[in-house]
Amino acid sequence: MTRTSRRTLLKGSAAFAGAAAIGFPAISYGQSEKIKIGHLTPLTGFLGALGAYAQLGIRMAEEEINQAGGVMGRQLDITSEDSVNPATAATKAQRMLDQDGALVLMGEINSASALTIMQVAERNKKLFMQIGARSDALRGKNCNKYTFHVDIPSTVMVNAVGKALVRDNMMKDKKFYTLTADYIFGHDLGRAAKAFFDANGGKIAGDELVATDVTDFSPYLLKIRQAKPDIVCSNLAGNQVTNLIKQYAEFGLPYPIVGFNLNTADAWAAGDGNLSGTWPTVWYHTSEVPSSRTFVTNFTKKYNKPPENHAWIEYVSLKMMAQAMNETKSTDTTKLIAYFEKETQFDVLKARKAYFRSWDHQLMQEAYPFTVKAKGQAKDKWDMLVLGGAIPAANESLESIALTKEQNPCSM
Amino acid sequence: MQFGFLLEQVVNGLVLGGYYLLIALGLSLIFSVGGVVNLAHGAFYALGAYASVEITRYLGFGPAIVLSPIAVGMLGILFERFILRRFYDADPILSLLVTFGLAMVAEQAIRIVWGAAPLSAAIPQALRGSVIVGDFLFSRYRLLILAVVAVVLLAIWLLLHKTSFGRVVRAGIQRPDMVAVLGIRLQPYMTAIVMLGVGMAAMGGAFFAPITIVHPAMGAEIITVAFVVVVIGGLGSFWGVVIAAMLVGVVRGITIHFVPAAGEASIYVLMFLILLVRPRGLLGERIEKFE
Repeated sequence: MTRTSRRTLLKGSAAFAGAAAIGFPAISYGQSEKIKIGHLTPLTGFLGALGAYAQLGIRMAEEEINQAGGVMGRQLDITSEDSVNPATAATKAQRMLDQDGALVLMGEINSASALTIMQVAERNKKLFMQIGARSDALRGKNCNKYTFHVDIPSTVMVNAVGKALVRDNMMKDKKFYTLTADYIFGHDLGRAAKAFFDANGGKIAGDELVATDVTDFSPYLLKIRQAKPDIVCSNLAGNQVTNLIKQYAEFGLPYPIVGFNLNTADAWAAGDGNLSGTWPTVWYHTSEVPSSRTFVTNFTKKYNKPPENHAWIEYVSLKMMAQAMNETKSTDTTKLIAYFEKETQFDVLKARKAYFRSWDHQLMQEAYPFTVKAKGQAKDKWDMLVLGGAIPAANESLESIALTKEQNPCSM
Repeated sequence: MQFGFLLEQVVNGLVLGGYYLLIALGLSLIFSVGGVVNLAHGAFYALGAYASVEITRYLGFGPAIVLSPIAVGMLGILFERFILRRFYDADPILSLLVTFGLAMVAEQAIRIVWGAAPLSAAIPQALRGSVIVGDFLFSRYRLLILAVVAVVLLAIWLLLHKTSFGRVVRAGIQRPDMVAVLGIRLQPYMTAIVMLGVGMAAMGGAFFAPITIVHPAMGAEIITVAFVVVVIGGLGSFWGVVIAAMLVGVVRGITIHFVPAAGEASIYVLMFLILLVRPRGLLGERIEKFE
């Protein structure tokens, strides 16, 4: 064991005291001025790749806002950390509020972690903008007054792809074999998918739960072959989707594959020629909307790669939060909630503006089905997908693809 | 019909076991000879995958499968020479800590160099699709992996049992003191074992990069399975590891056939049951230094 000599200890203490005298007042002065925001997102585990994009997106919005003078003349200060798992996410959220002085919480992709952070927000009566988790239950039976949800929920994704499948004659009397992620999000997505099949004449030939850490899908692929379905359908999440897509192409099974959840990063990681079928997305970087193109150009210049949908959604989320604080001239939870609940319109870089629905706090916005570009048509390795028309169509209400009051048990 | 489906899962499990073997065999050898649990083994697997994706970009898939393990094997030499070597005689907790730390450093290094987003990789067009032998469906690509594993396995077995190198290594597993008394330094042998072991792990990574997601934490995911295989197989036993790898693949396949959600849990239950009956693993030898 090394022993610290008295002399070293004294020198160390003196240096520390000196630094404290000179440095700390300046730092704490700066801190009291800043608006602190606690940001949690998975950086490790099966959603880690998505969380990395989420961080890039919110950082870029933070920089832009601060360079433009901040919010109410104060700089934003975002502390961003790996949420790791539901238990750690809750502990970190509580710490951010208690010790770091965070005024609001933002972020998350994992539905199970989002749920625990929602509980922390409610207990502490602080606002949580839940950005990237998609489980219906979060804005349904688990909804609370302090949480607002930005990303499209399971049911919207199912509707976006389902409608495209009905149009393409791939629904009525077809036998589907579904693979479902074995956690809250997957269960939810599976339920939404089943409801859509039931309502539109689709049949289920088999449904398997898949643990989130599965990397080898070969036993599942053999079961699919044995069941001889008409269509294979993925209700998986994160790395699972990429692994399935790669191995589905490896085995070369003849049944078309579709899915009700896919993030652009999962698609980019799938490898040349492996992805096929129809999938849903909340946004894609080839969108022609001018404000979206500006965002893509700036992001690509800054990070040398185009933004993934989680980068986009974090970017617009922080912009919405800044707008709310600026307009209410406050960081007060009650005032911010009231502002969002007024169904204020926000520019989310899409053709139509979006707003939080007052009774379930879900952002009403366009979604898109997409298919995969044929080989040789892509401009670069990022340009893989062909966006379908926005859902709902321009003449329909944004709420037409969302859960209705009868379907959604949310009460605050 | 049901029986045929089950048999197909068994055969598929054996193929998967072959792949587990590539990673577990090196882990077992390093453990047996050096007495060190190399928790950084998964990091070499990940490096193998990343290196092969890079090499594929310039030279194609074939050279990547060969060059990536060689490059990572060279890295293994440095790893043994400058880090692992200091911990053979130390408290085992130290080597656990140092290799665990190294695994984290490696994962973070991959994040810094290649970014947190996964890399894109695909198998060459010619190797895609499946072949049907009898009633069984095989992925063409996995059959290739199996063939390579068989060759590697044979080579390692010959090396350990038919050469003077192997005799020293096997003696070193049982009685390093006697080997020392005979005037043989075990250290160069250990360097070679580590190089071989991490090289095999890298080959596993290179082969699996085109069919699983290539991301920074992929090493942490594989190390658990590899460790389970080594524990089930038993220390110091070549065939123990081989049988354990196949067993793990088969048990997982059968479980997924009946209770899909329990597939990943099944291998830990298997380990638990085997350790209850055989605390040293299936074919584990009694090794004095570990007792």
